[in-house]
Amino acid sequence: MAEIQIKNVAKRFGSYQALRDINLTIQDQEFMVLLGASGCGKTTLLRIIAGLETATEGEVWIGGRRVDHLPPKDRGIAMVFQNYAVFPHLTVFENIGFGLRMQKLPNDEVKRRVERTAGLMHIDQLLGRYSGELSGGQRQRVAVARALAMEPDVILMDEPLSNLDALLRMEMRAELKGVLAESNTTAIYVTHDQVEAMSMADRISVMHQGKIVQAASPIEVYRNPAAEFVAGFIGNPPMNFLPATPAGDGKWTVAGQILDGPSRTTPLHFAIRPEDLRPADTGLAAMVKVVEPLGAHLLVTCSVDGALFRAVLDSDLTVRRGDTLTLAPQPDRVRWFDPETTLAVA
Amino acid sequence: MNARVLPYVLILPVTAFLCLFFLYPFVLVAKQAFSTGDGFTLDNFRQVVGYWKFPISLQNTLLLAAAVVPVQLALALLMATMVNKMQRGRDLVLYVWTIPLGISDLAAGIIWLAIFEQSGFLNSMLSGLGVVDRPVNFLSYQHPGVVFLAIALAEIWRATAIMLVILVAGIGLIPKEYYEAAEVFGASPWKRFTRITLPLLRPSLQTALVLRVILAFEVFAVVLALGGTLFPVLMSETYAYQFDLLDSGAAAAMALIILAISIGFTLIILRALRVPKGATI
Repeated sequence: MAEIQIKNVAKRFGSYQALRDINLTIQDQEFMVLLGASGCGKTTLLRIIAGLETATEGEVWIGGRRVDHLPPKDRGIAMVFQNYAVFPHLTVFENIGFGLRMQKLPNDEVKRRVERTAGLMHIDQLLGRYSGELSGGQRQRVAVARALAMEPDVILMDEPLSNLDALLRMEMRAELKGVLAESNTTAIYVTHDQVEAMSMADRISVMHQGKIVQAASPIEVYRNPAAEFVAGFIGNPPMNFLPATPAGDGKWTVAGQILDGPSRTTPLHFAIRPEDLRPADTGLAAMVKVVEPLGAHLLVTCSVDGALFRAVLDSDLTVRRGDTLTLAPQPDRVRWFDPETTLAVA
Repeated sequence: MNARVLPYVLILPVTAFLCLFFLYPFVLVAKQAFSTGDGFTLDNFRQVVGYWKFPISLQNTLLLAAAVVPVQLALALLMATMVNKMQRGRDLVLYVWTIPLGISDLAAGIIWLAIFEQSGFLNSMLSGLGVVDRPVNFLSYQHPGVVFLAIALAEIWRATAIMLVILVAGIGLIPKEYYEAAEVFGASPWKRFTRITLPLLRPSLQTALVLRVILAFEVFAVVLALGGTLFPVLMSETYAYQFDLLDSGAAAAMALIILAISIGFTLIILRALRVPKGATI
């Protein structure tokens, strides 16, 4: 059992505030992804959980035990590093067995565990090789196997797939998810790649400027972003925003159209995902600027009331540059944000 | 110019310089060593090896190297690790530690002579403290141990920095991530040093040891200043053949013997610290 609790964690590097008010509970055996742009503090948070960095304030609990004063080795964790950190002077076998040797496990136990995890990661043929003789993907597998061989309560991964090429990354993504699900460990996975986050996570924590903006399931983060930052960060292309002015009685004026919305008296931002727009008889008037046929669908970039607006439409439609489309937002998919706080409004 | 030819043209001056001032004299020395006036002979070698002082000077040289080099290696590793951990003032400390490198070996010998000689600092201190009632002549035949110790100390003081700078550069090349990985996977600071630093430092250790061991077999001025004729070493014997006995054939033979020993040890060091293919950083 390894539930992770992060309580009021803050980290300062000199005058730079890298993390503030981090409160997060990760369930036992949950796959949690920390997602954010570079510099948002996600790696710092991971390193604080690992014990490679000390928090300026706050507490870290793993499995009901406070660990922030403990060295990494006593926290029941294993880690996969961004550049793999596969020791160049040791063979694949000794790399995978490194942690087990440090625990002074008997030789046959080391051998058993190394061979089992190497089999799991399909690198049993490489046990005698050095890292200089391996490809990037193979090194990645060694790094994961080394972490799994520890049979840890928690496995921490710092952008483990970012150095692989696109095809390999997709392959490893699925494989890693499967292997981790079977190993029954709690996993924290840092990435800036939203596709990786969406496809692998049980829950995603979206981080921005040293804070967790939203922690929820991938579909929740996608459908109901808690803040404009999340709406603009998740989804490719991201959500569209338009200014909306109140027209009374829960009605709103958006680009000259009257739409239903929350009962408020201050201006809001109207938001809709590009794929939640349909050509219709009434709706937002959109001037088509660029048409990108992507095979499965059509990505149309237009201008609505002078603002940039994207729609993902059926690929059977004939749309040309300069056309004016009437796009109707699917009512249950419309979201509203307060421009003052940038937070979602129900 | 043709890109295939250019590299060779560029190294030509250095090659010519080395041929003229290194290879050519070397051939001359080799010729001298293997001849006595009438063709090829091993007489020079028989003569120098058969001389009663040869085993002593060989033994002294080896003993000195065996005493000095391991101490220097340990010290240099310790200092390099310390320097590498420093956040600020790292360069200043490195400069101070490398000052002895800027002093000629004879000057270094004289500095330590000033400490150990009969009217030296050590005697002044000891008599000031009342430990001795009159100055002791430490560097005399009655105290061979002290002579050896003084020479060893001077050598350690003088030439540890040469290993230090090589090792500092080498440690700097080891990515931090390896240490973090080792830490996460349970390696104590000592284990991180023995399991990560030392093996990944092998290329630098090779260079540092080869350089230092070769210098140890060429030890001369420090020994001369502190031990004089009390502590014969291979190099001082070579000097004696050339300038006291005016026997350049024997001196050349001695020089070649020192060279052979140096090459032998170099090969041993390279072999012992070799990095398997594919196992480099």
